[in-house]
Amino acid sequence: MRWTCLALIVVSVTIGEVLQAAGMRRHGEIHDFSPGELGRALALVAHNRFVIGSVFAMAIGFFANMGLLSVSELSFAVPATAVTSVLARYYLKERVNWLRWTGASLVICGVVLVAL
Amino acid sequence: MASESRRLRLKTWICAAIVVFSNVFGNFFLKRGMPPELPSPLSYIAALFEPWVALGVALLIVWQLSRLALFSWADLSYVLPVTSVGYVLVALIGKIFLGEEISLKRWAGIALIVGGVALVGGGSHPRSHATGAGQ
Repeated sequence: MRWTCLALIVVSVTIGEVLQAAGMRRHGEIHDFSPGELGRALALVAHNRFVIGSVFAMAIGFFANMGLLSVSELSFAVPATAVTSVLARYYLKERVNWLRWTGASLVICGVVLVAL
Repeated sequence: MASESRRLRLKTWICAAIVVFSNVFGNFFLKRGMPPELPSPLSYIAALFEPWVALGVALLIVWQLSRLALFSWADLSYVLPVTSVGYVLVALIGKIFLGEEISLKRWAGIALIVGGVALVGGGSHPRSHATGAGQ
């Protein structure tokens, strides 16, 4: 149950994050954080098929997260899902300099230790 | 140009802080209100109406929305490691409020995460691409 939930979270959240990042990149930077402008941005985002897809993927991840939290410790469940950050990166064409790679590698090694 | 960079960095850090805290406390409240067993799909839905779980879900919605905003200008490869400081906070909250045992291995992992976050957030720029003009 524990590892099934974790696998489901990793797959669905990775897909969700890739779609979310791709969708928001197409939308462009949000400059104005007033409630009206945020509402308008939300309305635009709601029609973005990448974001819609990400919501479905994240919903699956959310229910799997509920299952994982019900059977395991909080300090295991949350850090273990950080594996998604490694997988998601392979699908996006971002320039990642050596400092980011080093930092991200340290984070991932840390997450592995936390999950043991 | 320098003030634009400063503005972007400040906006990124404020939004990243909201992302981190809403995720940490959202998961904490979810764990606190979660029944020990969820035997059927219906029990997942029923659990959503527990007060602590509902509060956790509300915070996780804030987390998703703030992440969407952050992704509109920052790289995924920047956002994910920086917001991973939440894993440290989650371990601490688990120990303090839920009485979870944190082994030496887990503390070592936490130290590595902090080091990685400092490297990614301190020495690099949030954005490596030009954002679109909007739809």
